[in-house]
Amino acid sequence: MTEISNAALWTVIIGLGAGSFLLRFSFLGLIGDRDLPYWVLRHLRYTGVAVIPALVAPLVVWPAATGGALDAPRLIAALVTVAVGLAFRNVIAAILAGGGSLYLGLYLLG
Amino acid sequence: MTTKTTKSPYWQGMAAGAPFVLVVVPFAVLFGVVATEAGLSLFETMVMTSLVVAGAAQFTAVQLLSEGAPTLIALVTALAVNLRMAMYSASLTPHLGSAPVRHRAVIAWLMVDQAYACGMLAYERNLAWSAAQKVSFYFGTVSLIVPLWCAATFAGAVVGEAIPPEFALDFAVPITFLAMMGPMLRTPAHMVAAVAAITVSLVLAFLPYSMGVLVGGLAGMIAGAEAERQMARRGAVI
Repeated sequence: MTEISNAALWTVIIGLGAGSFLLRFSFLGLIGDRDLPYWVLRHLRYTGVAVIPALVAPLVVWPAATGGALDAPRLIAALVTVAVGLAFRNVIAAILAGGGSLYLGLYLLG
Repeated sequence: MTTKTTKSPYWQGMAAGAPFVLVVVPFAVLFGVVATEAGLSLFETMVMTSLVVAGAAQFTAVQLLSEGAPTLIALVTALAVNLRMAMYSASLTPHLGSAPVRHRAVIAWLMVDQAYACGMLAYERNLAWSAAQKVSFYFGTVSLIVPLWCAATFAGAVVGEAIPPEFALDFAVPITFLAMMGPMLRTPAHMVAAVAAITVSLVLAFLPYSMGVLVGGLAGMIAGAEAERQMARRGAVI
């Protein structure tokens, strides 16, 4: 982890605040009742399910806490979280299972 | 079509949003903790959380900044996480587009996944509602969720500094995000999007400035959209 500079942080806070507002206000405020092209909607449907795994995958495979070395407790916890989330479609259950697996793994293997 | 209940749309909205407090509060506490661990002050954390009001994007920004990614990359990737809000905005427009612009501005600022989901469901069930009633319902859903989001972030930021490294909080964000994947992977096209995003992100992990994350995300979106198109062409049910 590196120290975050004040300039970088405030640029991101203000830019993310303004940018998020514009994304949310976009059609509601500016475009009104016109329809979006279907192909745009089709891509927007997959943003969450694409960007979030892209962000998480390197954090799972090369965790910062181990200096980037593959870590069995963290990898197992990640797999358990996804499996429970898929099986029960319940976010809280998946978090509890993943957290439990992580602590158990760190205790047994760490 | 009328509802059987006599409650006003505002109170119906609050009741519809209430169960989501259970999801929102722990996520907000975690953001407070993670932001503090990354070196943000209480003031910085609270400004961010009340201005942005989007947990996943906030986590993404803080994560990338603390990895030393350049400011622009952190900002663009976090905004990419929020692209779905443009879709929410588009699909809420037929219902709320005729409301006064100051109402639409507040609706936009407080647009969260849960308010969108509750709103769309209620508007389809209450076709007779006026735009004003639909706006009231929307404000009802966010009037518990958003203040508690901010309060729980505050609580997390205050206790965060006291949590020792043995608790492996470095992995709290990956687990939380992975937990959200299960309910999101609703169709084969969603699976294709996630697998493509993970693959490209890992293969391009050598790229500087965490650019592999952004490229992987875009690749996943394209793969998901294309899978949907192919399946529709073959007449599959999606």
